[in-house]
Amino acid sequence: MNIIVPVKQVPDLVEELEINEDGTDLDRDYLSYKLNEFDEHALEEALLLKEEHGGTVTVIAFEGEDTDKALYTAIAKGADRAVKITNDLPPGTPNHVLAKALASVLSGMEYDLILTGVQAADDRDGQLGVLLANYLDVPHVSVVSGVAPNNGAVTVQKEYAGGVMAEFEVDLPAVLGVQAARQTPRYAPVSRVRQVMRQAEIEEVEASDTEAEVGSSIRRMFKPEKGAGAQMLEGSPEEIAEQIIKILQEKGIKK
Amino acid sequence: MSQDVFVVAEHLQGKIDDVTYELLGKARELAGQSGGHVVAVLMGSGIQDQAGSLGAADKVLYMEHAALENFNPESYAKALSHILEQNKPRLTLIPNTSMGMDLAAAVSVKNNLPLVAYATDVQFDNGQVVATSQLYGGKINVESVLEGDSSVVSVLAGSFPADAGKQDGSPAVETVAAPDGLDQTRVRFKNLIQPEGGDVDITQQDILVSVGRGIQSEDNLPMVEELAEALGGALASSRPIVDNKWLPKTRQVGKSGLKVKPKLYFAVGISGAPEHIEGMKDSELIIAINTDPEAPIFEVAHYGVTEDLFDVVPALTEKLKS
Ligand SMILES: Cc1cc2nc3c(=O)[nH]c(=O)nc-3n(C[C@H](O)[C@H](O)[C@H](O)COP(=O)(O)OP(=O)(O)OC[C@H]3O[C@@H](n4cnc5c(N)ncnc54)[C@H](O)[C@@H]3O)c2cc1C
Ligand SMILES: Nc1ncnc2c1ncn2[C@@H]1O[C@H](COP(=O)(O)O)[C@@H](O)[C@H]1O
Repeated sequence: MNIIVPVKQVPDLVEELEINEDGTDLDRDYLSYKLNEFDEHALEEALLLKEEHGGTVTVIAFEGEDTDKALYTAIAKGADRAVKITNDLPPGTPNHVLAKALASVLSGMEYDLILTGVQAADDRDGQLGVLLANYLDVPHVSVVSGVAPNNGAVTVQKEYAGGVMAEFEVDLPAVLGVQAARQTPRYAPVSRVRQVMRQAEIEEVEASDTEAEVGSSIRRMFKPEKGAGAQMLEGSPEEIAEQIIKILQEKGIKK
Repeated sequence: MSQDVFVVAEHLQGKIDDVTYELLGKARELAGQSGGHVVAVLMGSGIQDQAGSLGAADKVLYMEHAALENFNPESYAKALSHILEQNKPRLTLIPNTSMGMDLAAAVSVKNNLPLVAYATDVQFDNGQVVATSQLYGGKINVESVLEGDSSVVSVLAGSFPADAGKQDGSPAVETVAAPDGLDQTRVRFKNLIQPEGGDVDITQQDILVSVGRGIQSEDNLPMVEELAEALGGALASSRPIVDNKWLPKTRQVGKSGLKVKPKLYFAVGISGAPEHIEGMKDSELIIAINTDPEAPIFEVAHYGVTEDLFDVVPALTEKLKS
C-alpha cells in the first residue's frame, strides 16, 4: 500500500502567543514551531501499515518554518520519500487554497491512502483532509483511530463522543483524518536524524493550482477575554494547599 | 435566494444530540435578524418521529433513505449537498463534531460555499455573517467575515445553551426526495462499537482529579492518584494520557471522551483545549494547576494555581491526609 502523509508545522502552544499590530495574524517573529501532534499519529499509523503490509510512505509538506527538519525526521522514522511544495504560500494561507494546491500535486502521484492528522490548531476554514478529498473526488473519513487493509479497501474506526465508535469500510484511494495511531508515535534519535540529513534528499515540486474560492477573511484576532476568569491562589505550595482546603471546606466538599 | 438559517440535526442511535438544540436556539436568534425561517435538516431512516423534538425550527426538511440509516461521511455529504443546492439558505450551521467535521468541508467544496470552522459565536453584522472561531488550542479567537449570500459555519458543541432550542411544537415536516445514487458510496457503514465498561464510571463521581500531559511520565501518575484518594474522588484524564495508554479510555474527559459534571473537577497539568473543555466546563467547582498563566483552562476554572504541579500536588495530598 502506498501511503502519503501531508504534514504541517504549527506554533508550539506551550509558548506565549502574541498577535501582530494589525490584529489579523499571530506575531510570527518569535514563534517556535513543532510538528502538529496529530501528524505524528498519522505518520505512525502509516509506518505501522507499511511494516505490516508493505508499500511505501511519502511525507509531503508546504515549504515553511523548519519544514526540512520535519521531513528529515519523518525519513529517520522510516518514511521512504519526502516532498516539499515550494510555492510561496505564507503562513495563514487558507486551507481551501492549500488543499487545492496539494490536490494538484497529488493528482500526479500514485497513492492508495492519504493519511492527514485529524486537525491542526490553526485551521480556520475547514479541515484540509476533507477539502482535499473533495477536490480529488476520493472518499474520506475523519477522526479515525484504527486502519486495517481489507481486500483492496480499508476498515477504519471513527470516534464519536462518549467512546462510541463506528466502523466503516472505505474503498481506495481514500483520505483519512487520523486522530490516534494504534501505538504511541515512535521517536527518532537525533543522531539518526543528522545522518538522514546528510544522506537523504528532499524532492521539491511546484503546485500547479493555487486558486481556490475561500469566501472568508479574518477581520480580527484577539485573545479570549478573561471574563470572570479564575481567582488565582498564590504563596508557597503549603500555603496554596491550605487555601485549597479552605475552599473545599467552604463549598462543603471536604470536612 | 433565501434568508433562512438551516441547522443540520445530528443523531446517533435514534437520539438527537444536544448540540442540535444549541444550534437551533442560536438559529432562532439569527433568523430573527435575517428575516428568514429556521429550518432543521434531518437525514436518516425511520426517524421521522424525531422531527417532533425539533420544535424550535419553523420547518423540518426530512430526507429518508436506507443509505442514511447510520451516519456515513459520503452519503450524508451527498444528501446535504443536494438539500443546500435546492434551497440555498442564507446560512447553514453544522455541529463541529466528529460527524459535522466530515460534512462541513465536504459541502463547502461540493456547493462552493464559504466555510468557517471551530465557531463559538455567529452574528449578522451589517448584513454579513461574522463567525468567531476558537483556534490555537483555545488561546486565540479569530473573527471571520463570510462573503456571498450563502455560507456554512461549523459550531463547537457547548457554545450556546441547549434550552433555547428545546421547544415543544410541531414544526411542518417536509419530506425531501433523496438524490439519485445515494447508496452508491465508496464508504460503507459496518457497525457501531460500544465502549467497554470501566472499573470506575467517571460520570457518576462527585470528585474528579484529572491529569494531563503536564504529568510528563506514567511513573508520576501515582502521585496524582494519591491526591484523588485523599480527596475521596477518582482519577480522570485528558486525551494524550489515554493515547499513551497510561489510563483506560473510560477515564477520558472531553469531546471524544466523556462529559462530566462533578462537584469538584481538579485539573492538573491540563492546558484546556476546546476539546477538553467541552467535556468538563459545567462542573460545579473547577480548580486548575498549570504553570502557563495563559492556559485556557483558567478561563473556565474558578480557582487557579500557576505553580509547578510537582510541588503543589504532594503538598496538598499531605495536608489532606493529616
Ligand atoms: C477531534 C478531536 C477530539 C478530541 N477529544 C479530546 C477529548 O475528548 N479529551 C481531551 O482531553 N482532548 C481531546 N482532544 C485533544 C485536545 O485537542 C488536546 O490535544 C488535549 O486536550 C491536550 O491535553 P493536555 O491538556 O493534557 O496536554 P497539553 O495541551 O500538552 O497541556 C499540558 C499542560 O500542562 C502544563 N504543564 C506542564 N508542566 C507542568 C507542571 N510541572 N506543572 C503544572 N503544569 C504543567 C502545560 O503548561 C500545559 O498547559 C481532541 C482533539 C481532537 C482533534
Ligand atoms: N500546510 C499544510 N501542509 C501539509 N499538510 C497539511 C497542511 N495543513 C494541514 N495539513 C494536513 O491536514 C491535517 C489537518 O489540518 P487542518 O485541516 O489544518 O486542521 C494536518 O494534520 C495535516 O496532516
